[in-house]
Amino acid sequence: MSTIAASRAKPKPKPTPHLSDRAKAERRLGWLLSAPAVAVLLLVAAYPILNAAYLSLFDYRLTDPGSRAFIWFKNYQVILTDNIWWGDFATTLFITVVTVALEFAIGLGFAMVMNRTFVGRGFVRTAILVPYAIITVVAAYSWQYAFANDTGFVNTWLGTNLDWFGGRWSALFVICLSEVWKTTPFISLLLLAGLAQVPDELEEAALVDGASWWQRLWRVTLPNMQGAIMVALLFRTVDAWRIFDNPFVMTGGSNGTETVSILAYRQTVGRTEIGLGSAMSILLFLSVALICFIFIKLLRTDVGRVTKT
Amino acid sequence: MRTSKRARIWLGVAAIAVVVWALMPVVWIVSLSFKHGDDIDNKQFWPTQWSWDNYKTVFGTDLFTSALRNSLGISLIATTVSVVLAMFAAYAVARLDFPGKRWVLVSALAVSMFPAISIATPLFNLWREIGLYDTWAGLVIPYLALTLPLSMWTLTSFFRQIPRDLEQAAQVDGATTWQAFRRILVPLAAPGVFTTAILAFFIAWNDFVFGITLTSTDKARPVPAALAFFSGASEFQQPTAAIAAASVVVTIPVVVLVMLFQRRIVAGLTGGAVKG
Amino acid sequence: MTAISIQHLTKRYGDFTAVDDVSLEIADGEFMVLVGPSGSGKSTLLRMVVGLEDISDGDLYFGDQRVNDRAPRDRDLAMVFQNYALYPHLTVYENIAFPLRLHKVDGKEVDTKVRKVAEMLELTEFLDRKPANLSGGQRQRVAMGRAVIRDAHAYLFDEPLSNLDAKLRVQVRTQIARLQNQLGTTTVYVTHDQVEAMTLGDRVALLRRGTLQQVGTPRELYERPTNLFVAGFMGSPPMNLLPAEIHPDHLGLPFGDIPFDAARLPASLADEDAIIVGIRPEQLADASLLADEQRRHGATLKGRIDVLEWLGDEQMAYLPFEAPEAIHKQLTELQKELDSESDQTQLIAKLDGASKAREGDEIELWLEPGDLHLFDPAGTQNVTSELKPAA
Repeated sequence: MSTIAASRAKPKPKPTPHLSDRAKAERRLGWLLSAPAVAVLLLVAAYPILNAAYLSLFDYRLTDPGSRAFIWFKNYQVILTDNIWWGDFATTLFITVVTVALEFAIGLGFAMVMNRTFVGRGFVRTAILVPYAIITVVAAYSWQYAFANDTGFVNTWLGTNLDWFGGRWSALFVICLSEVWKTTPFISLLLLAGLAQVPDELEEAALVDGASWWQRLWRVTLPNMQGAIMVALLFRTVDAWRIFDNPFVMTGGSNGTETVSILAYRQTVGRTEIGLGSAMSILLFLSVALICFIFIKLLRTDVGRVTKT
Repeated sequence: MRTSKRARIWLGVAAIAVVVWALMPVVWIVSLSFKHGDDIDNKQFWPTQWSWDNYKTVFGTDLFTSALRNSLGISLIATTVSVVLAMFAAYAVARLDFPGKRWVLVSALAVSMFPAISIATPLFNLWREIGLYDTWAGLVIPYLALTLPLSMWTLTSFFRQIPRDLEQAAQVDGATTWQAFRRILVPLAAPGVFTTAILAFFIAWNDFVFGITLTSTDKARPVPAALAFFSGASEFQQPTAAIAAASVVVTIPVVVLVMLFQRRIVAGLTGGAVKG
Repeated sequence: MTAISIQHLTKRYGDFTAVDDVSLEIADGEFMVLVGPSGSGKSTLLRMVVGLEDISDGDLYFGDQRVNDRAPRDRDLAMVFQNYALYPHLTVYENIAFPLRLHKVDGKEVDTKVRKVAEMLELTEFLDRKPANLSGGQRQRVAMGRAVIRDAHAYLFDEPLSNLDAKLRVQVRTQIARLQNQLGTTTVYVTHDQVEAMTLGDRVALLRRGTLQQVGTPRELYERPTNLFVAGFMGSPPMNLLPAEIHPDHLGLPFGDIPFDAARLPASLADEDAIIVGIRPEQLADASLLADEQRRHGATLKGRIDVLEWLGDEQMAYLPFEAPEAIHKQLTELQKELDSESDQTQLIAKLDGASKAREGDEIELWLEPGDLHLFDPAGTQNVTSELKPAA
């Protein structure tokens, strides 16, 4: 018994792919329009990195250009066996973990507040966005003066007399505080986007099923925001790892608060050790690439949302 | 979803807490800027006496006014270039079909991940060699690495939201490509371009790393970098007050922008996922 | 004169063929409906006619001019899009005036024409509003206004009613029919709804997976479907399709035997032991309501009613049946293709409102054997017209 859903009897010859003039013109226009942006990106970003990779293989002090010498990977060896590097690495790691965790929790709270309609929502949203728009350096100064021993009000309010920037952990505390304050808005907006896409019906169904607020959050809302959460965490982790402005302004990196970025800056600009500084820049770059790799490949973060065409 | 009375109270409390948390440091620095002379050391939140002294100082110094000029000029140029380049690329990605389309946005994303210091350090050397050190151009160029990625991402998502049907309908109605672009696409894309420009400006305005690495005098030094080199009205005074006043001055425009365009900014950063 | 001549048009996307060798002649002033389930290629075909899709193979003629390579702007066609494609930043007035403005028509003339069109479509009070402030039906009419104002060579509609609710759909449908009568312009109308096809079209072209199944007046497709697909598509509720075993003097159906002389079957089916038989729900009647005279005239089927829907002047009876596995698969696959969800083979009978039948009852259904459609087992051919005459 033959069936209706039969394929066509005669086989068709495989058509040679040929583009109409219109499709070809579209292609050309597409390349033409996107080329400048991509070219500039490569020029201003890729080129310096390649340059840094090249320079990192040299022993090169800017103030003594004559003694520039090719030393293969010796710079890397020096760096990776240096305590200062690893100390700064640990500091950066600490700051990254702490700030991302805090920002995620607080950012989620902000997002949940922003997601509800209520009188004055516009005002609350403006307030939340202000830290994002403020210059990081300004924020750093603001927090620094607040905690400073001689001008700040924190000691007065807490009734203490602590030299916040004198000790490693207290200084790190203020730095993290400032960083969290400054960048939470950004992560809260990313989470808000994810939150807004969770259909109300899911939460309503859970409500009818008798779930408490906490249960609803963990069992319904967060699981459905997974994609947005992972993207937000990726962006923030990469940003936190590169931290520079806040610690530089607050402590200049002293008292064990130096981060990897500051170290690279000090080597290149401060000590004009171009070779060494370049090597550090490359290591920093590679560590960022590693973070991306971990998130995208191992944790399967889908940045496709962003790059989908 | 209907919020119960209890939930609304919690929401109100949370909203107030959020606003206080968000604005406190801003209010603090404003308060600092109005403290004059030795009042700085009063260790209180508010000044005992309000005074405009610091603002007079700040506007009197060349350092600040030239830094302001530098920041404004460099940021505007970088924003304009970014937005124009990003607009072309975004139109291509959102509307046209060509091989390698995906790589355009991927490369933007990748560049946004580069550490600024990793770009600044080689440029420190390079710019000195070719004479771009301590110049406006020397900053505008690396700023593009900061502003282009976000501009491309934001504009692409704005363009995608304009239904393709509209341009096709215009074509069927008899419009040339140029007519369709001018009468349909431009008016609809304008808000998106405007929002992107605001976001790009924020990023350029905010830069610190390139500012301190690639400049050495007030010829090109932007405000954030200049703040780090501030000194007070006299040699014996801490620059705290002056810095506070300068900070307030550079913060006012961004706060005003946020107040006026809060909705657009949220739309831009969330790719339009969040309505109103 | 043929207004639009579609000759062997084909559209390929890489390995996938969306439209396969479709040929169609549309006469001047004719209302041609392209109908078919989703994925049948009807929209793609329309877009090739308007120029928004390139033609992979074949020729497109407007009159005697080959227009394959002409840009949409130069084809002098007007199109109403599925989502209306109204310009959100322009008022209703400006939306309708848009095509005229493109051609730099003088302001006064624009005004006269726009107001005339607005009056025709009952949009005069909305002229100052923007699309966001209009209801679905109003937006629909603005889209039509923009198309109509151009006095184009032909109007193309791409599923214009699919975004409207049921009641509105009927209203706008009649408006479209009235408009076309008034203007007399050639119209090509794409829809997946066979009711729209039947009520609006002068002629209907049914597409399936890119190939043309049948072209003809709605009546021709309804009364003389060329294959199983056409038979199952046209008509709501759809034609009943049943397996029938061929016996020398009768056909064995799931619900009973219909007297039939197997010798009448055409030669092509000589070796088959079963065919597929079609009968429309309205061609089945509750035997108990008929006079004995009439009852003896036809044939009867008996079955148990599973579900009975009372609709006022008529009742729908659903009688499920078991089919041999291969047929069951065949029929349910056809149903899926026709965009229906049922996994079950069942007989649907449209009974008179007066019928006393109840759910769960055994019912005797009467039919006229001459109303049966006979299809070859593969369903590709309706052989009813090829039957040798009864002895």
